Amino acid sequence: MDLKLDHHSEDNLTIVDVEGEIDVYTAPRLRELLIDLVNKGNFHLLVNMEKVDFLDSTGLGVLVGGLKRVRAHDGSLELVCTQERILKIFRITGLTKVFGIYASVEEAKEAHGRDK
Amino acid sequence: MATVELTFSALPAHVRTARLVATAIARRTGVAEALLDEVRLAVGEACSRAVEAHRLHCPGEPVRIELRDDAGRFEVTVTDVAPSEDMRPHVLEADGSAMPEMAGLGIAVIAGLADDVEVSPGPKGMRIRMSWPASPHGIAAV
Repeated sequence: MDLKLDHHSEDNLTIVDVEGEIDVYTAPRLRELLIDLVNKGNFHLLVNMEKVDFLDSTGLGVLVGGLKRVRAHDGSLELVCTQERILKIFRITGLTKVFGIYASVEEAKEAHGRDK
Repeated sequence: MATVELTFSALPAHVRTARLVATAIARRTGVAEALLDEVRLAVGEACSRAVEAHRLHCPGEPVRIELRDDAGRFEVTVTDVAPSEDMRPHVLEADGSAMPEMAGLGIAVIAGLADDVEVSPGPKGMRIRMSWPASPHGIAAV
């Protein structure tokens, strides 16, 4: 399956919906979208990975790159993910300590609202 | 011992094909369903690393993957011909520049996934061999 990307803004938060496989072939498209969003002033990003079938270290690199970019603007990049197969790669690499990972968009929005 | 060999051009699009082939053969060999995601990810990481190394050093050379059913183990060997002493990260920063802190992440992921991994770097390329337990007689025994 290819990669489908969509995004919309709710208040101060930009939600990026990702569907499909994030690998060495498709990750550049996600990278471009994150760069574009930050360049347009969206510094609080929530990447919804509930429909992601596959994620490798290239995809992790893109997410870490996006995080560094938003942090330069005092922003945030957090994730929605409950799939064990995807969470496993975050755990193996220790990135569960780097990203806020939520069980749903609603849960992440509540946390984001509390932090504002 | 049954072996499948696959060579493919060093293009990112082909990494997915390699993952699919490896997962199909792992299933056929009798690797437990619970391990198939690990096989898919580890093979994908090894092939991604090889493809990026070839794109930097020898884009015209193909990457080779060998899948073997060996005495109750499913063994995968990914071989590239790019010099690996000067290993560059294949993970890039958001602006496309290299991220030194992410160097070797793919290998770290493989080590976390396969219970038996051997990474052999060398001036003429790198070989990553990894294996998982499989049914001694493959799926045909079920």
